Formats: sequence, structure tokens, C-alpha cells
Amino acid sequence: MILSVTNLSKSFAGVKALNNVQLTVQTGEVHALMGENGAGKSTFMKILIGLLQPDAGEIIFDGKPLHHSNVNEMLERGISMIHQELLTVPELTVAQNIFLGREPRRWGIIDERKLNEQATQLLTQLGVDLRPDVCMKYLSVAERQLVDIAKALSNKARVIIMDEPTSALSDKEVATLFTIIRDLQRQGVAIIYISHKMEEIFTLADTITVLRDGQFIATRPASEFTAQSLIAMMVGRELGDLFPPSHAQLGPEVLRVEGLTQPGKFSDITFSVRAGEVLGLAGLMGAGRTEVARAIFGLDPYARGTVYFNGQPVTVRSPQEAIALGMGFVGEDRKGSGFVPGMSVKHNLTLASLEQFARRGLVAEGAETAAATQLVKDLNIKTAGLNQHVVYLSGGNQQKVVIGKVLQSAPSLIILDEPTRGIDVGAKAEIYKLINDLTAKGIAILLISSELPELLGLSNRIVVLAKGKQTAVLLGEEATQETIMHHAMQTESPLSQL
Amino acid sequence: MNNVIDTPTKPVGQTTYQTQIRKLGQYGILVAFILICLGLSVISPKFLTVQNLMIIVMQVSINALLAFGVTFVIITGGIDLSIGSIVAVAGVVAASFAHPDTYPVIVPLALALATGVAFGALNGFVITRSKVPPFIVTLGTMTILRGLALILSKGRPISNLSDTFSFLGGGKILGVPNLIIVLVIAFIVCTIVLRKTVSGRYMYAVGGNEQAARASGIRVGKVKMQVYILSGGLAALAGVLLTSRISTGQPNAGAGFELDAIAAAIIGGTSTSGGTGTMTGTLIGALLIGVISNGLDLLNVSSYYQQVVMGVIIIGAVILDSINQKTN
Repeated sequence: MILSVTNLSKSFAGVKALNNVQLTVQTGEVHALMGENGAGKSTFMKILIGLLQPDAGEIIFDGKPLHHSNVNEMLERGISMIHQELLTVPELTVAQNIFLGREPRRWGIIDERKLNEQATQLLTQLGVDLRPDVCMKYLSVAERQLVDIAKALSNKARVIIMDEPTSALSDKEVATLFTIIRDLQRQGVAIIYISHKMEEIFTLADTITVLRDGQFIATRPASEFTAQSLIAMMVGRELGDLFPPSHAQLGPEVLRVEGLTQPGKFSDITFSVRAGEVLGLAGLMGAGRTEVARAIFGLDPYARGTVYFNGQPVTVRSPQEAIALGMGFVGEDRKGSGFVPGMSVKHNLTLASLEQFARRGLVAEGAETAAATQLVKDLNIKTAGLNQHVVYLSGGNQQKVVIGKVLQSAPSLIILDEPTRGIDVGAKAEIYKLINDLTAKGIAILLISSELPELLGLSNRIVVLAKGKQTAVLLGEEATQETIMHHAMQTESPLSQL
Repeated sequence: MNNVIDTPTKPVGQTTYQTQIRKLGQYGILVAFILICLGLSVISPKFLTVQNLMIIVMQVSINALLAFGVTFVIITGGIDLSIGSIVAVAGVVAASFAHPDTYPVIVPLALALATGVAFGALNGFVITRSKVPPFIVTLGTMTILRGLALILSKGRPISNLSDTFSFLGGGKILGVPNLIIVLVIAFIVCTIVLRKTVSGRYMYAVGGNEQAARASGIRVGKVKMQVYILSGGLAALAGVLLTSRISTGQPNAGAGFELDAIAAAIIGGTSTSGGTGTMTGTLIGALLIGVISNGLDLLNVSSYYQQVVMGVIIIGAVILDSINQKTN
């Protein structure tokens, strides 16, 4: 046993974030920490790495109790965290990032040679092929994450906390990460793993601890759980069928793209979506799914091909033209391009349709408030009020605000790019239900998702892309995780499939 | 629909508390302003006289007009350093057409405003088309326009202006100085533009998250054009009023005014990172600067020390603001 936490409690302004939480982590195990957003996982981890002080409880690390510690002390004792939003300095090199704050010195001057040597050693130990003198900004997200792990190892970490480490990784990179996690395990490092992705949990975890509403619910071997029982324990109730059957009537064709091509990104993409239909767009990361969607919506240009909207050929050069035609776009980068964090729920909801409420340039506040109130009700957005800033909402509710914003401009087609990324299972189920409601109203949906169960559960048909090329259109029975993956990897060289 | 997830609709506990703190933060500068006014009226009996208060508001009005314009710009995440030079160019243009018995007074006024709007549009055009940061672009136009003012006036002050022109910034209507009337009207109009119009909403959106604004179908370039045009137009108005009040077109007028205007906006709670700010805050910021320099004058404090005090206040206001942000 490397880490033992008993009766840990923490309150913020009288609200209990953690209440008598327990956790026991064995040396060299992968211990999954599960819970919905708001269950207290983040607070718990912040306490473990010394960012927050607990109100009560005991933490025993490596046989010794830990009291009122800070981040540096925790790092020295051997607890490191790989953050969801990676904290690295883009202008510094790999080696400089790994040893940031602990640079080897000679007479007060940084010993660059030793720095690079030690970094190389660590990277080799991880089995990562990265040059230590490359500037961080040239690395992919996956590579930056590996540097973060190397940094944890350089601290002689005994426990590494990983918070949603795969959220921005391609399938290949995930495989690499998993191999590294297995290696770390063999070296006796314990991993506390936080993820919303069930498949990962059941692939990796030895033990699972479930938190709900700040309470400790259970710790059990992973083998005693099924996905269904785990979800039930996390949300405290049975969710029923995540993907209820759709009763939508398929109507006329809303969108058709023919031979859409943008050199270097995608080529010869041809598909169509009918009213009331969900068309899934599958593919590995970098296959060009998002790029196709952005081109259709006028966010990026395309070189060749034709887009038909409601039967008419159209040229969409900007998002405002797309919105005017009747398209809506919910992007994959919710924080970056979905909402304005410092604006209220109301103002975000009406942002794409403000002209509806304008009379001679002035905003008619009564009508605006009424529309926003209706959306909050329809989408079940949990907020303290219409004037609440969106930055304070949970991820799921932020996403609902973004979808509500798109709905208010009454689109006949909505493009959803990774609509459930990083949101918890309860909120996911609500988004799925919402998609069903939309198709029932005759709205066409173009759905991009990296989560295959989600794509399979919601889509009428699935278009598969690989390296910018369309490799398959799968219907009904044809579409399975295996067929999708097969087509998604089709243009890979035969060697890499072995 | 049997799959409704009925999660209890609990309001997020801390939020009302947070909004209260946020509001307090906004009032913080108002509270400071009132305290300073009270303090000054106790120390100096001259402070709280109608005459002195009129003087303060008149002194403040030019800076406030500039500050209103630059508040629009800063809310979108930009900056406008050229407004001091626009004051000079607009003043010189107005003065050139304001000699007695030449043109009706509307001509210099309209030409000066058109000049300000044109150079504001130029700023906006270069910024939206070239992707050069606004700081650099307006630093450039600041120098260019200062040169232009000197060229147009051949480096000499333009005097001998008509009485009707001098009335614009120097006169009174029903005992109220015109400067104060213009200030009040400009404040009301700017507040309405920012709080009540679609354009105003878009300014906050562009400053708060430009990518999200773009994806929402907002013409980001158009919004930026608008704020630089507003800023240029208001600076030209300030230039006309200043020229009229001193009855001289000065090519060196307005040097450094841009910094006072930016200071007023920042003291009033406008964040230089964009997305937040109010006209009321900016007005209070401008008044605070005016009251403090007036108060220090009354107390016979040297103007050298006044600058030191002003600098401390600017930094203090921003620290206050960031403390408020952290409590949130």
C-alpha cells in the first residue's frame, strides 16, 4: 500500500465538496476514480497534490502521515499529476520543461548538457522517441503529455494522477500511452486514473473507486463491475437505455455535398443528410472530419466540390451565410469557439440570433428574455439564473447553452462535432435525448464523434473517413465498431495494421 | 420519453454570492470616488462649491469623451493610441474653416468629425485586414496624424476664429456650459449603444471570445471597424470642443491625452484583455482623475506629485479589480 486516505472532508463556503472520503492505492496498480462532474474528484486530487488543504481526515503516504503540505513537498515525496490542460511552457525545450525549477547547475549556471542527457535518459526509459532539445511548441498534444509524464518520473513519482489523459489523443497515441502506463506499473508506480471513457477504465484499471456528490460510494476490483453497474453507481440510479429508439420520420434531403475537396485536408467527400436523420461521421483523429464540417459551415475554404442545401447549390463563404441558410454548428472546442465565458447565459443563448430581437438596432429585452427562458427550460440547463456567467456552469450545461444558441436561429441542419467530449454520463444521456428530440422535429444532424458507441447508438448511417478520404458509408447492420475501425484504418500502410 | 434524466434543478450555491461580490467590485471605484469627494470637501471649503464642481466637470469632459471612445475599443480587446493625435488633426481642420465671415459653423464641425471618422475607419481597416496588433497600428497612426496636424497648420497655431465657433466649446445654454451638455448627451448615447444595441452586445462578444463570436455568425471585422470609427469620431468631437474653447487650432493639442483616456477606462473597471467594461465606470474613472487633480491643486500640491499620485491610482485600481476577479 502506497497511499491511504481516510475520512477526508473539505467544504467551500459551507458547501461540502468532500465528505468522509476513503481511498487506498496499492503499489503499482491502476486505480480508476469515477464519478460524475461535481462528484468531488477534482477537489480530491487537488488535496492530494497539495493545492488545497483538507478540513479533516488523514493522508498516509508510504507509511508516513502527510500534514498541511504544499505542491512542492508533495512532488518531492512522489505524488505528481498530469493535468487535463497541460501545463508546459511552449517556448522552452523538452528538457527544459522536464526540469523546470530543478535545473542541474554548475556554479549557478544551468548545465545544458547534463540537462539534455538526463532528459534523454528519462525519455528512453519511457520508450519515447523525442529529442530533448526540441521546442515544446512543435510537439503534438500527445507528445507534450508524454513530456509531462517524463517530468513526473524525474520527480521520482510513486503515484501519478492522470486526469482525462486521452481526451485529445488519437487511437494510436492512446495505445502508446497505455503501453507506457503498463510499464510504469511494472516499475511500481501507482496510477490514479480519471476518465469518462468506460472502455479505457475496463482496459486499464485494476481497482475502481466511485464517488458521488462528495461521498465515498465504493472501492472494488474492476472485474466486479460492468459498464452498466458502474454507471448506475456513479449516478445513483439506473439510466435506462442511453440510446432510445428514434421515432423520427425521414424527410427530404437537407444537405448534400459532392466531391468536396481541399488539398492536404480532404478529397472527394460525397454524402447527404435527410431531414430527421442523424448522419454519423467517423474516423481517427486527423482523418479530416472536423475539417469537412468547418468547410461546409463556411469557417474554412474548400477548393472543389459542390454543397447543396435544400436542393439548391450554395456557396458558403462565412458562418453568417451558413446561419442565414439554416445551418447550425456546435464545434468540438467548446471553450475556444463555443461560448463567451464572461457573458451571461441569456446573452450567449441569443448571440447567434440577436437580429431576431432587434428593432432599429436596439435589443428588445423582453423578447430576448422570453426566448432565453424558454431555451433554459426546453434544454433543462441548470443555472442560477439567466444572468449567470456561462464560465460558472458545468461542462454539460455549457454545451447545452452552445446547442441552445444554435437552436435559437432555427436551423434545418445542425453539425455536432464531439458534442459530449469531457462531459459526464448523466449530461451525455441528456444530450442524446436532445438529439432525438431534434430529429423528431425534422432537423437533420451531422454528427462527428470519436466515441463509437455514441455514433452507433445515434446514427442512421455512418460515413467513414480515413486520412481525408471517404472509405465507406455504413448502413444499419453493417455498422459495428469493427467495421468502422476497419474502414477508418484503411489507408494505413499494411505494416502498421499488423 | 422514458429516458428523461431528472437531475434535481439545484441552483449553484455560490453563484448569487459571486454576482454580489462582482457588483461590489464595480461599486468599489464609486465608493472610492465618493470618499475622496467627502474628504476633499472637509479639507478644503472651496471644493464643494458649484463653481469648482463646474470647473472639474469641464476639465473632465474632453478626457471623458476620449475615454468613452476608447472604452468601446478596449471592450473588443483592442487599444487606440491615436486619439490624442486625432484631437489635434480635427482641431486644426476645424480651425482652418472657422475664421470669421467664411463658412457657417456647421462646416468646420462636420469636416472635423468626418476627419475623425475617416481616420478611425483607417485604423479599423488596417487592424482587421493586416492582423497587425492594434497597439502597433494605432502607435503608427498616432505619429502619422501628429505629423499631419503639423503639416496642415504649418506648425503654427491657427487663431482668429469666429465667435459662433468659440461658442461651441466655450459657451453656455441656460447657464450650463456646453461642454457639460455635450458630455451628458455623449454619455447617454454611448451607454445606449453599449448596453442596448446589437452592436454593443457584439463588442462584448468579440472581446470575450473572438472565435465564439465568429462561429456565431458575427462579422468580427465589422464590429472592430465600428469601435475604431466611434473612437475616432468621439476624439474629433473632443478636438473641436477643445479648439473652440481655447479659440485656437493647436497642432500640438491632445499630446498624451490617449493615456489619460485609457487610464479613465481602466480605473473604471474596463479590462484590457477585453470583454468587460461599462460607460458608467469610465465616467467615474474620468471624474476620479479630475477630482484628484483638482483636489491636489486646491491643496497646493505640486503638479509633479500629482503625476505620481495618478500612477499609483491606476495600478491600485487594477489590483483592486484583480482581487475581485480572484474572489470570484
